Amino acid sequence: MSLLNYTLRIADGSLISAQRLSGWCSKGPTLEEDIALSNISLDLFGQANGFLGYASEIDGSKSADDFAFKRNEREFYNLKITEQENGHFGDTIVRLFFCSAFNFLFYTKLSESKDKTLSALASKSLKEVKYHLKHSESWMIRLGDGTEESKLKIQESLNSIWQFTGEFFEMDEIDIQMNDLGIGVNNTSLRLGWDKIVNKTLEEARLTRPEDTYMQTGSKKGLHTECLGHLLSEMQYLPRAYPDAKW
Amino acid sequence: MQNGSTNKIWELLNTVPDPEIPVISVVELGVIRDVKFMDNSFSIYITPTYSGCPATKTFQDDISTCLKENNIHNFKLIIKYDPPWTTDLMTEETKEKLMKYGISPPSDIVVCPQCKSEKTQLISEFGSTACKSLYKCINCLEPFEHFKCI
Repeated sequence: MSLLNYTLRIADGSLISAQRLSGWCSKGPTLEEDIALSNISLDLFGQANGFLGYASEIDGSKSADDFAFKRNEREFYNLKITEQENGHFGDTIVRLFFCSAFNFLFYTKLSESKDKTLSALASKSLKEVKYHLKHSESWMIRLGDGTEESKLKIQESLNSIWQFTGEFFEMDEIDIQMNDLGIGVNNTSLRLGWDKIVNKTLEEARLTRPEDTYMQTGSKKGLHTECLGHLLSEMQYLPRAYPDAKW
Repeated sequence: MQNGSTNKIWELLNTVPDPEIPVISVVELGVIRDVKFMDNSFSIYITPTYSGCPATKTFQDDISTCLKENNIHNFKLIIKYDPPWTTDLMTEETKEKLMKYGISPPSDIVVCPQCKSEKTQLISEFGSTACKSLYKCINCLEPFEHFKCI
């Protein structure tokens, strides 16, 4: 049961990030960036498909699609940062940068998991996440060290999104259990590496690291912000309205 | 086909083109991991290039069609993630085919497929498909796609 929940957390993070990013398709600031964000979204959908497929195997009765389309908000375990609305381009870039830096470290560790499927999916995802990190880092620097307006905007994005970064490093009873078994990752241990990536990029981008204040929490228990329900209502509409629909 | 000749299967697979880059086969692309014969059935192990690559489904369908057309029905396609797909295993011959087709093959130094200049510049990390990025040649000014190293 814990392994199923653990796998769903990873899958949901990718799935919800992917669905959010897909909102940029045809709305990107330039054609290249439109393609970049859509491609990153596609990578994340693919990763979600792999992890949901494994969840389906563990569960034995639900399919990957059932998990994606037939669960309600409270049954989703993605971190709150992934469900936040796209906002302006800078908001999206800051979230993508924070998540990619975390995913890079997380998948590096998970690729050493004793669970063969999780380690295989992690090694695969890691290669793709490296590109996502590289891409979002370069935009952080261009926007932060860009014009007065771009700097102001991206600093505001940083400040408002910062409250969602605490969840990356939380360890609840399932995380502890999975880590003890050599299956999961010790999220707390990723903090140093994440700080290093973030501080280095912020320095290069001439941006100020926000002060740690109140940190959002709850997604590991299925508690979310109101953004998730709206996202799901769109993502799940078709299979729920037309359950017999086929590709 | 009742006997277990995996060579024949490899030969047939080598005739199935990559749906996005038809000058190379799915074998040359490196997505066929293994072919085994057991319990009177061929198991064909396939690995996706990028997790979300839409061509994965297409080439699975293409492989099925090709085998069935050749009267082979006792097979199953199995997705295998480990070890992950890499461009490191691509042969020089395959790289040459990509170059001729106008796609700069995976390598640290990105070469313009038009004029072969090494003076090239990245335009975007992400191109028309998940496996390619967008470059331009500083020498002949032509834009071109580069097969990303992964």
